[in-house]
Amino acid sequence: MPKLTIDGQTIEVPPGSTVLQACEAAGREIPVFCYHPRLNIAGNCRMCLVELEKSPKPIASCAMPAADGMVIHTDTPVVHKARRGVLELLLINHPLDCPICDQGGECDLQDLTLFYGPDHSRFAENKRPVADKDLGPLISTHMTRCIHCTRCIRFLNEVAGVEELGACARGEHMEITTWIEAALTSELQGNIIDLCPVGALNSKPYEYRARTWELKKTESVDVLDALGCNIRVDSRGNEVMRVLPRLNEAINEEWISDKTRFAYDGLRRRRLDVPMVKRDGKLREASWSEALRAAAERLAGTGPERVAAVVGDLADLESMLLLKELMAALGSPHLDCRQDGAKLGIGPRASWLFNPTIAGIEQADVCLLVGCDPRSEAPVLNARLRKRWRQGGFRVGRIGPPRDLTYPVEELGAGPQTLQEVVGGGIAFAQALRDARAPLVVVGSGAVARPDGAAVLALAASLPVQREAWNGFAVLHRAASRVGGLELGILPGPGGRDVAGILHGVEAGEIEVVYLLGADEIEASRLRGAFVIYQGHHGDRGAAAADIVLPGAAYTEKHATYVNTEGRPQRGKLAVFPPGEAKEDWRILRALHDALGLRSDVATLGDVRARIATLAPHLARIDEVTPANWEPLADAGAVDRAPFGYPFDDFYRTDSISRASAVMAECSRLARERRASEATGTHG
Amino acid sequence: MPAFAFSEANQAEVARIRARYPADRQASAVLPLLHLAQAQHGGWLPRAALDHVADLLGMPRIRVYEVASFYDMFNTEPTGRVQVRVCTTTPCWLCGSDEVVAAARETLGIEVGETTLDGRFFLREFECLGACANAPVMWIDDDFYEDLDGPKARAILEAVKRGEQPVPGPQSGRRGSEPLGGPTTLLRTGE
Ligand code: SF4
Ligand code: FES
Ligand code: FES
Repeated sequence: MPKLTIDGQTIEVPPGSTVLQACEAAGREIPVFCYHPRLNIAGNCRMCLVELEKSPKPIASCAMPAADGMVIHTDTPVVHKARRGVLELLLINHPLDCPICDQGGECDLQDLTLFYGPDHSRFAENKRPVADKDLGPLISTHMTRCIHCTRCIRFLNEVAGVEELGACARGEHMEITTWIEAALTSELQGNIIDLCPVGALNSKPYEYRARTWELKKTESVDVLDALGCNIRVDSRGNEVMRVLPRLNEAINEEWISDKTRFAYDGLRRRRLDVPMVKRDGKLREASWSEALRAAAERLAGTGPERVAAVVGDLADLESMLLLKELMAALGSPHLDCRQDGAKLGIGPRASWLFNPTIAGIEQADVCLLVGCDPRSEAPVLNARLRKRWRQGGFRVGRIGPPRDLTYPVEELGAGPQTLQEVVGGGIAFAQALRDARAPLVVVGSGAVARPDGAAVLALAASLPVQREAWNGFAVLHRAASRVGGLELGILPGPGGRDVAGILHGVEAGEIEVVYLLGADEIEASRLRGAFVIYQGHHGDRGAAAADIVLPGAAYTEKHATYVNTEGRPQRGKLAVFPPGEAKEDWRILRALHDALGLRSDVATLGDVRARIATLAPHLARIDEVTPANWEPLADAGAVDRAPFGYPFDDFYRTDSISRASAVMAECSRLARERRASEATGTHG
Repeated sequence: MPAFAFSEANQAEVARIRARYPADRQASAVLPLLHLAQAQHGGWLPRAALDHVADLLGMPRIRVYEVASFYDMFNTEPTGRVQVRVCTTTPCWLCGSDEVVAAARETLGIEVGETTLDGRFFLREFECLGACANAPVMWIDDDFYEDLDGPKARAILEAVKRGEQPVPGPQSGRRGSEPLGGPTTLLRTGE
C-alpha cells in the first residue's frame, strides 16, 4: 500500500489508487472536469493539477498513480496559478452565456471559475464557432460551450455500450459529434446530460423551462420499471419540471434510463382529474361523494363471488393493502396483481425475488438469462451486467430470442427445452454454471408469464446456483408494484380467480363488477360485460372500459412505498399535488371503506404503514433488503415447446405514463424507424 | 447512399493488410485500409467507404469517422485529383513558405482550400510535414518538393500541369538534408 504525504499529512491508499484519490482520501478537494469515478481516466482537462515535490511541473493528479513516498501539495501558489491558467485557457473559447444557459447554477465550470479562476480574460480574439449537433429528441446541444472533457463519449462507450459519439477532427477543430447527425440510440443517453460538466449537453424537453435554483427538489423513487431507481423530482409550482438520478450504489449507482428521466411530460397529459360516473352510456363528471356512493352501491349490491379486483403495475404498497382488505371485507377471493399472468407468488418468497441483489451482479461470474431482455426491461440493470462483463471473466448465456445487450452473449436456445437441457447438464453451459463460484440465473417476467410459467420457474430454480452465502436465483420484474403485491399476497384467495380467470369470468357472465387499481395492461376490451370501477391517474386502457372513474395520484404526487425486484422497500415522496380533484390512492380506498360502511381503523397513512409493518415486518425496513431463505420449489408439471418471448417490443411506451408522453412517443417512433431500416438493410 | 466496395484487385490487398494483424486487433488495419479506399475512390472517402471499412474491421463506425477526420491526409469531401499541399508551419514559414503559397495560388488560379474548376488540382496548407531541414516544403500527391522558393514552386507546378513528373526532393542541388553549402564534417576519410 503506497504511503504518500499530502499537504503534510501522511496517508496510505490501496494499491492502484491515483494521486487524486489519495488527495480525496486525505480530505482535500481537487477540482476536476474530465475525471469521473465511474469512467475511464482521460486526463485531458488538466484541471486537477497538483504539485509533486521533485517534479519540474505540476502533475495531473487524476492520471498519476499514487506511489510510495510522493510528497504532494494541493494548496500552494504554483497550484493556484496552474488552476487559474487552466481555467483561463478553457474560457478562451467558452461563451459568456451563463445568464441564458440551462446549466447555470449547477455548472462545474461556473463554480470552479468562481473559486479558482481568473477574474478577467486576456483573450481579445474571436472565439471559436462550433455548429450545434442534432442528437435526437432528448438532448439539445450548445457545442460552443463544450470543453472537450469527453465524459459523454466515454459514458456511451463504456457504460451504455453504444458507441455513437466521437471526437472528430483535431486540435482546435475537434468537435464532439456523431458525425452523421443521427439521433443517439442508447436508452441511457440522458445520463450524459448530467455528466457534461458544462451546458453543452442539455435536456431538450427541459430546455429554457426553468432555472435550477427556482426548483423544489424532492427525493423519490422511480416506478417505470421494477428497479426502484432513486430519483430526484424537480418541480416548480405544481408541475414536474424534470427528473434526475440520485446516487444509490445498491441500485442505480448514478444512472437512470431515458424513460425514467424523460417520461414526465406524460404526467401532464391524459390525466383523470375528476371523478366520473357513466350515465346514459357516457362517462360524466361527478362529485367524489356521488362517485364513491355509486361504487359502494354496486360493490355492496353484488354477490362477493361476482366481484373481482386487479392491481396495476404502478400501484403502491399502501393502496394495495387497503384494496386487499376491502376485498376481504366484501368476501371476494378474486384478486390478482399479476396483470401479465406471471406464475409467481405460489412458492416461497425467494422464488420471486432478485435474490443476489443488483449490486451482487458484480460478484457473479457466470450468468444465464432465461426469457429475459434486461436492456428493455431494466436498462440500468443491463448497465450493471455490462459493467460486470467489462471487468472480465464473465460469461453470459441466454435462452430466448437474440437481442443486442451491448455485451457478448452465448445463444443457447429459444425455449424451455433448452432450459431443460441446461438443468439436465446436457450442454456445456450447464457445466459452467456448476463450476461457477457465484452463478447467476436471471428469469425474466416474460418467461413465467405463460401457461407453463410455474414449470419454467421450478425448472430454473432447480439450476445449481446456490452457494455458501450466495443465492444466484434472480427474478427480474418489470412492474414496480409486483414484488410488493406478491409480498402482501395480492393473489387469488381460496377458490379465487387470477387475471385470466377474471377476464374469462366476465365473458362467461360469472363476474359482474371489476375493480381496477391502475390496471392498464390487461385486455380491457374483454371487460365489456362487467361493471368496471377504475381507480388510477391516466385515461389509458383501464379507464376506457370504466363505468366509474376514481381519479388517483401518479407516483410524483403521493407519499407511497414501493418494493423493488430485490424485495427492497423504498419510499416515494410527494413532489407536486395530484391534479384537479384527484387524490392519493390510499385515501380513495379508505373513503370507499367508509362509503361501504366497513369498519376501518386506519385514519392516516401512518396507520396503513403500521398495519403493513405488522403483516410483513420486512416491508417496513425501508431501503433494506431482507434476504429470503432458499427452499427448492415443488415440481410444477411439464413445460411446453413454445419459445420464450419478451414483454416489450417498445421500451419507451410500457405504462400509462410513458404512453401519455409525447417525448417517449417520439423516441419510440425513431426506434421503430431504425429497426425497419435495419431490417431492410438501408441504414446509414 | 451509394455503396462502396473494394475493387477485386484491392480486395487482395485488403486481405494482405489484414493478415498483418491478429484477429482481435483488426482495428489496427484502419489506416492502411482507409488509404487504400481513398486511392480507389478518387482521392476522398465518402461515408459509405468509412462505413465499409468499419464494418470490415468490426469497429464502431464513429471510431472510423474519428480517424478519418483526425488525419489531414484523409479527405472526407470530394477534392481535386492532384493534391497540392504547402507546409506553412513555423520553420517553413521562416524560410519563405508565403512565397510558395503565393506561387501555388497564382499558378493554379485558386485560393487555398479550393479545387480548380476542371477538378484537377486541390490546394491546401498543411502543418509540419516533417522535412523542416529542407524547408520550405510542398507535397504533391506522393512526392515532397523541398528547398523551394517562389519561382521553383511555380516551375514545378507548371510542369505538373503539363503532365510531367518533376524530380522530387531538394530543389537546391543538395543531397537529402545535408548542409546547404555542402558537407561540413567528416571531410577527411581514411586517416
Ligand atoms: S459535450 Fe460536455 S461532456 Fe461531452 S466533451 Fe463536451 S463538455 Fe465534455
Ligand atoms: S481531471 Fe485530471 S486531467 Fe481532467
Ligand atoms: S515546418 Fe514545414 S516541414 Fe516542418
